[in-house]
Amino acid sequence: METYTLIVLTLAATIRVATPLLLAAIAGMFSERSGVVDLGLEGKMLGAAFAAAAVSAATGSAWAGLGAGIAAAVLLALLLAFATVSQRGNQVVAAMAINIMVAGLGPTLALAWFNLGGQTPQLDGPGQRFTSLVWPWASTAAEQPFPGLLYAQLLSGHNLIVYAAAALVPVSAWVLFRTRFGLRLRAVGENPLAVDTAGISVTGLRYQAILISGVLCGVAGTYLSTAASAGFTRDMTAGKGYLALAALIFGKWKPYPTLFACLLFAFTDALASRLQGVALPLIGVIPVQAILALPYVLTVLLLAGFVGKATAPAAIGVPYSKEK
Amino acid sequence: MSAPAKLPRWAERGLLPLINLAAALILSGVVVKILGESPWAALKLLASGALGTQEGIGYTLYYATNFIFTGLGVAVAYHAGLFNIGCEGQAYIGGLGSGLVALWLGDRAPLLVVLPVAIMAGAAFGAAWALIPAWLQARRGSHIVITTIMFNFIAASLMTYLLVNVLIKPGQQSPESREFGANAVLPAVHEVCAQVGITFSPSPWNLAFAIALLAAALVWVLVWRTRWGYALRVAGQNQSAAVYAGISPSRIIIQAMLLSGALAGCLGLNELLGSQHRILIDFPGGAGFVGIAVALMGRNHPVGIVVAAVLFGALAQGGSQLAFDLPKINRDMVVVIQGLVILFCGALENVFRTPLAKLWHGRPARDPKPTGVTPVPP
Repeated sequence: METYTLIVLTLAATIRVATPLLLAAIAGMFSERSGVVDLGLEGKMLGAAFAAAAVSAATGSAWAGLGAGIAAAVLLALLLAFATVSQRGNQVVAAMAINIMVAGLGPTLALAWFNLGGQTPQLDGPGQRFTSLVWPWASTAAEQPFPGLLYAQLLSGHNLIVYAAAALVPVSAWVLFRTRFGLRLRAVGENPLAVDTAGISVTGLRYQAILISGVLCGVAGTYLSTAASAGFTRDMTAGKGYLALAALIFGKWKPYPTLFACLLFAFTDALASRLQGVALPLIGVIPVQAILALPYVLTVLLLAGFVGKATAPAAIGVPYSKEK
Repeated sequence: MSAPAKLPRWAERGLLPLINLAAALILSGVVVKILGESPWAALKLLASGALGTQEGIGYTLYYATNFIFTGLGVAVAYHAGLFNIGCEGQAYIGGLGSGLVALWLGDRAPLLVVLPVAIMAGAAFGAAWALIPAWLQARRGSHIVITTIMFNFIAASLMTYLLVNVLIKPGQQSPESREFGANAVLPAVHEVCAQVGITFSPSPWNLAFAIALLAAALVWVLVWRTRWGYALRVAGQNQSAAVYAGISPSRIIIQAMLLSGALAGCLGLNELLGSQHRILIDFPGGAGFVGIAVALMGRNHPVGIVVAAVLFGALAQGGSQLAFDLPKINRDMVVVIQGLVILFCGALENVFRTPLAKLWHGRPARDPKPTGVTPVPP
């Protein structure tokens, strides 16, 4: 019984950890499918986390925070698009530049505006955060182990962004594989010359993809600072953008496998905090760091072709120039 | 590197980086203005903090030493057409190698023995950490950018584990090793100066700076004056040409990454043997990423890298002064400037190159090829 409750609680934690990963990974899926390497997920998320927390603190509205978060991430995405698509700059360098710049800019602005040593004020007012929605009868259902507890912990009790992220998976699958836009997007990531020859703007498509990525990163960042925690702290993304990228690769740039990868990576994270210092039968104490490093090790193994094979979009990382 | 020769060499190597730097600084000035401080006063504080006192100069060159090592690391990989984002992890693991030697030999052997062994261990550990991504890129086609990022995180986990569980000094809370023996401490410049009768304010600037300069010279000889360096540059610019010339690109990839990791791995000499005298959590402190900025700004040439490293060292040191004197600015402002420099020198360089070339030739410039590393298809 105890174990069962623990497992359910760990799964609930998995869902909460997976949400920003999933949003960022789907964001990356759009830009990478269009042929632009999206190492900038980290920076866009962090920028959004700061903007959302700052605006929510100032206005008292989490929704205004969400708007600001999305706006900030979209602005950064536009900068990325300008540098990589219009100026044909190196995509990796541009993204690293944005990640580093935002890592400094958030705490700098926070200090100047709020004077709290590089953080935003604690969001504790009503409506300043996205709080958990409790579904009907959840508290009554929680007393009954199966399926009541599952209903109360896994279906009920999350905030709006979590459900939105879950809905995003089928929606993005539909957009990518069932719409004209999706077909073109995938084509531009595989063979931009063919798309250009067909009279469709490569630049336009890539801008659209990068902007979608910006919006989704904005939601992911907002989740971090106004739902998962109550305010912005320095480096609060803590590598989640890169982990999302790993999940995207692990999911072979496909929506449902990416969802699975995000859940798997989030589960290792939730497990790591549960297993801290706990001795398991036969194995003994597993170092937390080993569990935390697992997603990265798995991704490297996958990239190496030892566990399945991940094939990136063919034109990824190559700026497109008409004249060539 | 792959940019067509549209500008004369002096403009390409000197003028363009200066314009890019100026653009980054102007934008940083705008940020400072938004924060409510005077950009001009901030710049003066930055400069005086970094170069106004002997202590400031010492700190500047101490920071610069780290950046020379990582900058050279990024540059060597770049010449092979590879983007090594993993210098942070390679420096971390390389420092572990140097640190272990220092712990082992620090009170058993003289510095003249400890230092070469520590250099070799640092280089070997750093190279080993670069070897796996290199091998995966060369033989299995795994994208090196992604694998080196993953290896940064794996290195961080590994080092945290080692410091918390293995290397920690018994009876201590913070995850740090015990202090190195006296013979594993690189002499600081002010100590050397004092011995010959010159007084210089104390700073952590130490012998590792000379080693870094030596490494820069070595890289210059290797890349521009040897057969191997020629092969490296050919493979980096045109893989099929390299194959026709009998050069194996995959072998070059592995060798270049080994050298790159070895150079980054030497960071521990300065940071641990030169300054901290123990192994501690996250001692590279982002120097691996600054190395990217340094290499880009220095055009991947050792001379440029040393100059850019000193500049970034001054930024790091002047930034502390800035944070100290201006209440509305903290050290993170320096990170913003670093990011902007990478943006302008690396990603947006065509913004200024194209008009400059037009100005130079008096006619529209040829469309520039994509700059930077040609990404290796994963």
